[in-house]
Amino acid sequence: MESKFIILIVIVLGIVAISQLARVYELAAKLKGKKEEDISDSDNRMNARMMFAFMILFFGTVIYFYTEYGRGLLPEAASVHGVEQDWLMNLNIFIITTVFFLTNFLLFFFASKYYKRKGSKAYFFPHDNKLELIWTVIPSIVLAVIIILGLKNWNEVTGAPSEDAEKVELYSKQFSWTARYSGEDNVLGDFNYKLVNDDINNPLGVVTRVTMETQIEALKAKIVDEKAKLNSDSLVFADDIEYKMHKKVERLSRVVRRLEEELASYNDSLDIPALDDKIVRGDLHLKVNQEYEFQFRAEDVIHSAYFPHFRAQMNTVPGMKTRFKFTPTITTKEMREKLQDENFNYVLLCNKICGASHSNMYMLVQVDDEATYDAWIAEQPTFKSTVIDELNK
Amino acid sequence: MGATVSHDDHGHHHEEGFISKYIFSMDHKMIAKQFLVTGMMMGVLGMMLSIFFRIQLGWPGEESTVLNMFLGDDWAPNGILDRNMYLGLVTIHGTLMVFFVLTAGLSGTFSNLLIPLQLGARDMASGFLNMLSYWMFFISTCLMTISLFVESGPAMAGWTVYPPLSALEEAVPGSGLGMTLWLMSMAIFIASSLLGSLNYIVTVLNLRTKGMKMTRMPLTIWAFFVTAILGVLSFPVLLSAALLLLMDRTMGTNFYLSDIIVGGEMMDYTGGSPLLFEHLFWFLGHPEVYIVLLPALGITSEIIATNSRKPIFGYRAMIGSILAIGFLSFIVWGHHMFLTGMNPFLGGVFVFTTLLIAIPSAVKVFNYLTTIWKGNIVYTPGMLFSIGLVSTFITGGVTGIILADSALDITVHDTYFVVAHFHVVMGLSAIFGMFAGVYHWFPKMYGRMMNTKMGYFHFWTTLISGYGVFFPMHFVGIAGAPRRYYDYSVYDLFDKAQYEMILDLNVLISIFAILGAFAQGVFIFNFFYSIWFGQKAVQNPWKSNTLEWTTPVEHVHGNWPGPRPEVHRWPYDYSKPGAEEDFIPQIVPLAEGEEDH
Ligand code: HEM
Ligand SMILES: [Cu+2]
Ligand SMILES: [Cu+2]
Repeated sequence: MESKFIILIVIVLGIVAISQLARVYELAAKLKGKKEEDISDSDNRMNARMMFAFMILFFGTVIYFYTEYGRGLLPEAASVHGVEQDWLMNLNIFIITTVFFLTNFLLFFFASKYYKRKGSKAYFFPHDNKLELIWTVIPSIVLAVIIILGLKNWNEVTGAPSEDAEKVELYSKQFSWTARYSGEDNVLGDFNYKLVNDDINNPLGVVTRVTMETQIEALKAKIVDEKAKLNSDSLVFADDIEYKMHKKVERLSRVVRRLEEELASYNDSLDIPALDDKIVRGDLHLKVNQEYEFQFRAEDVIHSAYFPHFRAQMNTVPGMKTRFKFTPTITTKEMREKLQDENFNYVLLCNKICGASHSNMYMLVQVDDEATYDAWIAEQPTFKSTVIDELNK
Repeated sequence: MGATVSHDDHGHHHEEGFISKYIFSMDHKMIAKQFLVTGMMMGVLGMMLSIFFRIQLGWPGEESTVLNMFLGDDWAPNGILDRNMYLGLVTIHGTLMVFFVLTAGLSGTFSNLLIPLQLGARDMASGFLNMLSYWMFFISTCLMTISLFVESGPAMAGWTVYPPLSALEEAVPGSGLGMTLWLMSMAIFIASSLLGSLNYIVTVLNLRTKGMKMTRMPLTIWAFFVTAILGVLSFPVLLSAALLLLMDRTMGTNFYLSDIIVGGEMMDYTGGSPLLFEHLFWFLGHPEVYIVLLPALGITSEIIATNSRKPIFGYRAMIGSILAIGFLSFIVWGHHMFLTGMNPFLGGVFVFTTLLIAIPSAVKVFNYLTTIWKGNIVYTPGMLFSIGLVSTFITGGVTGIILADSALDITVHDTYFVVAHFHVVMGLSAIFGMFAGVYHWFPKMYGRMMNTKMGYFHFWTTLISGYGVFFPMHFVGIAGAPRRYYDYSVYDLFDKAQYEMILDLNVLISIFAILGAFAQGVFIFNFFYSIWFGQKAVQNPWKSNTLEWTTPVEHVHGNWPGPRPEVHRWPYDYSKPGAEEDFIPQIVPLAEGEEDH
């Protein structure tokens, strides 16, 4: 408290002191007959020189930053399309850097050269159609090139994946990622958010007859539970809490009703693709030079799957499936050697504001050579063994 | 042709009380000042918030007495910023700056001040709506400020308030009462902005004085006019987006919600789409950036011409560019959504339209350059800031080209590269335009001059610290550092070299941010000091051609004590060969044989 008070006094005194100085300055200027609107030749010269000095300082700093931080220390692209994208990025950076230096140079150069001084005059030059045409046409041509190259790359990146792209699902929720591999058949089992249930190891809501039946039971039990609390004589709730509990009962009942309808028309053959799926919560493992087609989902709010090293990104949206494909080309081991950093890892970051721990929502990515990958994936248990068999016990 | 004259042609003077003169004033000059001072207050608040989170980013995890002093034990226990509050600060900072400072503060001030004065009108078309517009703005600023003090915190979903994060209070505490206040504040703000814009449009169309053809209007007015049209066409869309969000939050609808489990609770929403909100939001959001920027460019055009003592180069091309930018800004919103799951083909279309906008922007830059070429530059503080604007407009504009290229946006989207880009264009360029306008028209607003030397000091420190803050951010971003991160400690797990670099740059940025904030203190001081103690202004201190400088220094209701001035020429006859002085005001009739521009 005391320190706040002292700071306040210092600030007030400071303002008073500056006001007095300003007052003295103003009075002195008045005595000399100088007016604020009459900018003196020496002031013009001073500012003009500052313009030039600033330009040197600015350009120098920019060049220093380019050399020191270049592509920002992001390692070389580790995916097929990433290499092309980096090429395009460098080209674009080259173009805009040129434009940046050229136009800023002209600006500061003119600003430092054409200041008002004794006897100087401005040149009356209101328009010139030819010049204006030139600087409409040249940017248009440059932009046309940028657009064409950019769209070509964009179409490749977002185009359909090839037949043998492996399908992997990445599931996001506050504040973690979970992966689901599609298994032998390379088909991901169906999902339904209403089936999400960590108690039975089904965090992604994979659909099978058994998980549906189990979930209906579980939800019904919850409803019963909630109702019991509401009707109990010994428990008293605040009005708003009670209101919320009523709402919850209604909501869950609706969910159960919908699930029952879905179960009634369920076709058991849909179980099959789900059985060999593999849910992985640790690191995401990828096989080098294998194309992957990622399917993204979100449980609660929008997140974004950002793989800076593979130059890949796609938002994950509740209620929607989004996709992105890429082929990793450099194993983690190779990259560590290149960077001479034993601790380096590829990473998947969340890149859409999603709540308190947004900055800690990540998953490490391992790119393995074929043998290592095959050994790893063989060890991962299937959905059948972790969920179905458990439930059938 | 000759504009219609609807006001009586005699200035009306009558004694007013304090309240009707200073508070519920319907005089456009007073309303302009009200917008300016309120906008400046919001600017100071927004800047303080940014210093708070810059402290966190520069020195993560270190105890800071400053944070504890301002945010208290709830939000900065032991002087360490709370994670949720970090997001709250970022959100409110963005909202204040984009909407309250750069939309209301900039347009509200200068459209109100200059549209009637530069067109020779006695006031706005409707003084009452104008007053209402200010007071609604004022209420919305109050609501937004109050939301900072709510127990569960202010809105925390980013200034873009994407649902479901902004719709579910289980997802983040700020999405409770804080978000409700945010939406209410914005709804009132939008209403205010609409009233203002309609007024500006009607005034420009109907109240021009005799001889003020559209093609003789100063570029300031052209910019304000197109800005107002953009506002009228786009803000209602944001209003509907906000209302639907409010309904999702309070009435159980689910326009934006589908298949959600949050905080362990299974919701029963189906069929809504968060993408709908994003489309609606950016349909305003992109025009909004030009709503922010065009007035600044208009102000600059005027100040650069006046102080280079030269006509603005390519007057018609400048108008054409403003119109082209205005039109194109409505068909580019999708460039904010390349990676949202929107159809990639549609993304391609938005790449094309977005890059088209770069053409009129480039034309404007080259025209500014040619205007100062062989000029006779007088370095008023306003002129310095205008040149600063051109520099930052170039620097910020070129990075837009990378972002607009969807293939490249994949790596830099939502990183600090985007933050750098839009701060250089809005946080520097547009703000510079606002400063330039304040220095230039201060004599018109307050009848006194601001101190020039302090203006110089303000400009040079602001330019250096401004670039010092935002230039390094490009490199943080291109390294792949996501925005809206509380800290970068996760980098420690996968790339230590990069982690070090981000930490280093963040310290540098934060230091410049603090320096820059102090530099603004000089401006605030100069501003308030000069209102009361500045040197008395003369009628036309900058030897300018436009009509506002034909009004008396002391404000009169109705602007001109006698009949309204008549206009005979365009506003840019500076250093015209054959003329005695280096300026010829618009009210001077064409000499025998003299050609209009
Ligand atoms: C000149 C005035 C401009 C202003 C005031 C402006 C402002 C902004 C703002 C505020 C954002 C960030 C939105 C967010 O929070 O995500 C943004 C992003 C963007 N701007 Fe600009 N901008 C301007 C010029 C340009 C130009 C000339 C281009 C293209 C040629 C451009 C292209 C983009 C793109 C593509 C994005 C989205 C980037 C992303 O989210 O990944 N902008 N701009
Ligand atoms: Cu997230
Ligand atoms: Cu945009």
